[in-house]
Amino acid sequence: METLESFLECENLTKIYTAGLIKRKTIYGAKDVSFKIKKGEIVGLVGESGSGKTTVARMILRMIEPTSGSILINGESIFSYNIKDYYRRVQAIFQDPYSACNPFYRVDRILDKALKLIGSPPSDEKDGIIRSTLKAVMLNPDEVLGRFPHQLSGGQMQRILIARALLVGSELLVADEPTSMIDASTRAGILNLLLDLKEERRLSILFITHDIGQAQYLSDRILVMNKGEIVEEGLRDEVFYRPKHPYTKMLLASAPRLYEKWEWDQA
Amino acid sequence: MADHLLEIEDLKGYYRGTFGVVYGVDGVTLTLDSGEVLGLAGESGCGKSTLAELVSATPPRTLRYEGGKIIVDGFDIYHISPEILRKEVKCKRMAYVPQASMESLNPVKKISRFLMDVMKERTGEKPKEEEVIKMAGEHFKKLGLEPWVLDRYPFELSGGMKQRVVIGISTLWNPKLLIVDEPTSALDVVSQKNMIRALLDLKQANIIESILFISHDISTLRQICDRFAVMYAGKIVETGATDEIINSPLHPYTQGLMTSIVSYEPKRRERGRYIKSIPGEHPDLRNPPPGCRFHPRCPYTMDICRSEAPPIITSERGAREVSCWLYSRGGR
Repeated sequence: METLESFLECENLTKIYTAGLIKRKTIYGAKDVSFKIKKGEIVGLVGESGSGKTTVARMILRMIEPTSGSILINGESIFSYNIKDYYRRVQAIFQDPYSACNPFYRVDRILDKALKLIGSPPSDEKDGIIRSTLKAVMLNPDEVLGRFPHQLSGGQMQRILIARALLVGSELLVADEPTSMIDASTRAGILNLLLDLKEERRLSILFITHDIGQAQYLSDRILVMNKGEIVEEGLRDEVFYRPKHPYTKMLLASAPRLYEKWEWDQA
Repeated sequence: MADHLLEIEDLKGYYRGTFGVVYGVDGVTLTLDSGEVLGLAGESGCGKSTLAELVSATPPRTLRYEGGKIIVDGFDIYHISPEILRKEVKCKRMAYVPQASMESLNPVKKISRFLMDVMKERTGEKPKEEEVIKMAGEHFKKLGLEPWVLDRYPFELSGGMKQRVVIGISTLWNPKLLIVDEPTSALDVVSQKNMIRALLDLKQANIIESILFISHDISTLRQICDRFAVMYAGKIVETGATDEIINSPLHPYTQGLMTSIVSYEPKRRERGRYIKSIPGEHPDLRNPPPGCRFHPRCPYTMDICRSEAPPIITSERGAREVSCWLYSRGGR
């Protein structure tokens, strides 16, 4: 794995939020965050709410500008890319799949719009491309095409958004809590789909979650974030079975387990 | 049978409106003993919250109580006067904390002021602010909240704190039964743990006796519940002790649910365990499938499952109940 080139590189990424006019208050949204994602690698970013996970995701997605530091895709700064060109490479899925698309558009139009981003292929091919991509995310095209988002379940919608990301040929998928709105019984399918896409299409995924179990199931490497800083980084098993940082230990101790009860130290 | 704190018998509650009839809760029988923590698990849309709303005795307008019995500590809550319900049952014997209830705090009032409103409604007379602060401050301490919380506006508090404030307010009159609907879903892992701790502390301090804990997150339920009830499409499919349900689920739906869960298990180290999802979708309850409601998704479907609803089969010791044809006629 070491020989693989890194696709995304973040170096000393810092985001400072300031508040107040006279009494300036500064808050670090992210502080000196550096990490790399290789092609075909899933990196799990875990931490509590407010730890800056989403701030990092939003900076990578060019939704907010970093205060300092750099983000490189294929060795070039993300700001050197044309915005259209950039979003062909980097796509995202979020917690609420319904809010990520126009509720008045049918699924075909949602996907069609995405295809326009890469310059629409001739219309006779278009249908075939959409259908094959939907099949790749384990959806039955006849079942979902022609439906509105509200007629589909959360799991189906999330798959459609993954399909949309694949349609434009994206190489990095930023998945910010993609399964927290989806039921356990269908959640497994989404997680397995992400694993398959990594294997088959060498998709790189930044998987952001507070669910330790899911991060462990999916990720090759883990980043643990606390208060805007990455406190621990390493291979999945290293971090989860031999955590070094006290924060990681605390986080892992809080994760609910199916087969054992929590130990209450303060009780 | 008299010593059950909560007794639900063949409860039916349907939503009626322009959208037709939604069979939200369709024949649920469930008991909860004093001192017990019962977990109600199931995926969204299966009727967990509908059940809780019916038990709370004040269902939303579209949800109709259609039959069956709910007895809370001896009170048949749909057959007593609203005044008795309000004075004797609510808050004293049963408190219900709905989903996302932390958003129900008044955003323009400090917590202490909000509390005074609640107390005024409850007792009919205006309480003194110092008394409220003193009383609530002590109560909040048991939930791990500092007294200064009372002097804050809701937006100044974190999600976990707001949730604890709401539970604190609901338990001010020491209800015997606390119904909490997804109290941990909006919280991250660390606050989840604190929330569960707070609930257990309340129980230990004898402020509440029993909890009906509703959640879709089995790993969280597992941390607090003595007994589980698994719900699917408006019916209870399986009940039993937590450990038994998790280690040897009987109903095919519960079995599927258990294989679809990813949780962090450092002591088990099951490498390469491949999780599976249950194929298909949860049925639309406007038009539930005939027979067993799980049959379209079930891997063991037999002919009888398609036409007849399965009976509830009780194990020898009566601690385990499962509603599935696989276990009838000595098939077990």
